[in-house]
Amino acid sequence: MTGTDLGMPAFPPFPEAAREAVHDEVLRANLRHATHTIRDKRARAVAELDDWDRLRAAGKAIKDHTLRHLDRYLLQLEAAVTAAGGTVHWAVDADEANRIVTGLVLATGEREVVKVKSMATQETGLNEALEAAGIAAYETDLAELIVQLGHDRPSHILVPAIHRNRGEIRDLFRSEMGRWGRPAPEDLGDDPRELAEAARLHLREKFLRAKVAVSGANFMVAETGTMVVLESEGNGRMCLTLPETLISVVGIEKVVPTFRDLEVFLQTLPRSSTAERMNPYTTMWTGTGTGTGTGEGDGPTAFHLVLLDNGRTDTLADEVGRQALRCIRCSACLNVCPVYERAGGHAYGSVYPGPIGAVLSPQLRGTANPIDATLPYASTLCGACYEVCPVAIDIPEILVHLRERVVQGGPVTREGVRVRIRPAHGHTAERAAMRAARLLLDRPGALRAGERLLSRARRLRPQRLPGPGRAWTDTRALPDVPAESFRDWWARERKAPQK
Amino acid sequence: MRAALFVTCVNDALYPRTGIAVVRLLERLGVEVDFPAAQSCCGQPQYNTGYRRESEPLLRRTAEAFAGYDHVVTPSGSCAAMIREQYPRIGRKAAEEGRGSTLAALADDLVPRVRELTEFLVDVLGVTDVGAYFPHTVTYHPSCHGLRSLGLGDRPRRLLAAVKGLELVELPGAAECCGFGGTFALKNPDVSAAMGADKIRAARATGAEVLCGADNSCLAHLDGTLRRAGEPLRTLHLAEILAATEEEPLR
Repeated sequence: MTGTDLGMPAFPPFPEAAREAVHDEVLRANLRHATHTIRDKRARAVAELDDWDRLRAAGKAIKDHTLRHLDRYLLQLEAAVTAAGGTVHWAVDADEANRIVTGLVLATGEREVVKVKSMATQETGLNEALEAAGIAAYETDLAELIVQLGHDRPSHILVPAIHRNRGEIRDLFRSEMGRWGRPAPEDLGDDPRELAEAARLHLREKFLRAKVAVSGANFMVAETGTMVVLESEGNGRMCLTLPETLISVVGIEKVVPTFRDLEVFLQTLPRSSTAERMNPYTTMWTGTGTGTGTGEGDGPTAFHLVLLDNGRTDTLADEVGRQALRCIRCSACLNVCPVYERAGGHAYGSVYPGPIGAVLSPQLRGTANPIDATLPYASTLCGACYEVCPVAIDIPEILVHLRERVVQGGPVTREGVRVRIRPAHGHTAERAAMRAARLLLDRPGALRAGERLLSRARRLRPQRLPGPGRAWTDTRALPDVPAESFRDWWARERKAPQK
Repeated sequence: MRAALFVTCVNDALYPRTGIAVVRLLERLGVEVDFPAAQSCCGQPQYNTGYRRESEPLLRRTAEAFAGYDHVVTPSGSCAAMIREQYPRIGRKAAEEGRGSTLAALADDLVPRVRELTEFLVDVLGVTDVGAYFPHTVTYHPSCHGLRSLGLGDRPRRLLAAVKGLELVELPGAAECCGFGGTFALKNPDVSAAMGADKIRAARATGAEVLCGADNSCLAHLDGTLRRAGEPLRTLHLAEILAATEEEPLR
């Protein structure tokens, strides 16, 4: 394995990618409208529950407990799934997961699969791997379909096409749907009902023909071996029930100990993600449905569960960073993040954008490349993400922790081995400046002398700074320098000479 | 009552008038104010940029400068949050790294005594009407660390609402970050500027004459943006409004 692959090619550093997005007026308007709409709805849905804080604490506690005993619960899960007629596969990284799924599909003799919206298979780049093996993968989630038709990348965890408006989607449907299957009507308008109907007819063909489906899962129950998928459209349920073979690729952190634990998450996840009181389509299945593997009754006759590590065990080894593994992918943090709102999801160079992506990607992939070394800085540390997180992930704390890893290096776990990484390149001047500032600030005498020098030279203060200072003065005037510092005023006013 | 003023490095060097306002305000309310000259910076710029070890001497300095004071008051939610949230973490990590428990002990001793200005006024002194006079329309931007880390809630707005002559207008999207974020303003200048511009658009739409805040670092970013754009809207630290009276109005 050559570093964990989150299914994305090399990306520019965050500030560069964000710069482009910030100046894209259409994108800014699309994102602002969408994030504010979901944000406000979520706030109302959460405010309805008087025990929200306790649900949040319970979700955190369940996840922390599970992560602490992850080995045990995964083995329990494997046993339960196997007993119910399913087959469990273990994938240490993206390549292995893709190899397993490709092999399973080829073994059925089929050359196409329908897909339920899944972050894990986005993470592994499964569609590309299947394509390379001559297998067509059709996304059936409406937003994922829009992304796939547009040869685009998802920019949001829950609403991957959040960066597209209705007009753009209509144009895509008209020009692209015919190449994948049933074409959109010639006179398709941009009314949401019309767009949804075009997608429905296009997808219905695929559902009725498909023999193999690939999904992820929101939760896996260790005690029963039950898989749980939450979705809003019903397209997921079509995939989970109609085909003969179902393959689910799921991150190992998605396990919960008992069926009863779902009580908490089935309240917090819908309200946090889509602002719904109850999730519209919650599909649960245990093995092959009949529990005996005979193929009688509803649902697929073959079920494969691919448990994906891909950097998660290494992340679990980090005492501060491991809390990111509590994430239930609700995307509430994206919708409240002022940086995400302006930079858009693509700037994060990962299938996991926004605040959670800024703490997940550099842990799953490491901090060596430019995008991952800049993601921990893609935040003002305003704390809005932590406030809305339904499993109380202290994202600002992890961000600062990862910043330290970037500039100072330190101990990390890579492929199960504890190693010490070196500081990232390009922080030499900053390190020197931080040290110089500390040395000055740690000597009040020198600080006072510096302040006096600044005051005496106040009329020389430039309008615009050179070098790194330009980043401030390009859009902002510098503050006026006062004639005397506070400490000099105090000394003069109180006639108390300072040391 | 006696209290030590932690003026913060930004206020000391660039906004002494905020520090002076805190002194006048607290003395008017009967508090004896001290300014321990050994103080400097809380270490937040270093810590939040990833240089935790560089912030340790400043933790030590801050804790030692304010040793023995029952009340340490600071006109910055961000610096108060740095002390309250991060000092214990810095101390704990130093201990875990085998460098002793001195920093942890210093942090534990200091943290419960430090209060942001509005906390001190409302919770310790028990006042919301501080006898101020400021005949202007004001809108208030609650900076993130005060709002979310300290949980200042409506303390600042209650204090402002009680100011004679002051008309308080609500800032739409007040809870959203202004885009300063310390070194974020330099590392991600485009996003930072876009956030600042949006915040100012919201403030301007209120029709207020003054955009008030309780953190001068955020206000430096907003004021700099306003002045570069030639906007007449003025930024002011809350302490300066609360210090103004009919006898001694704000200049």
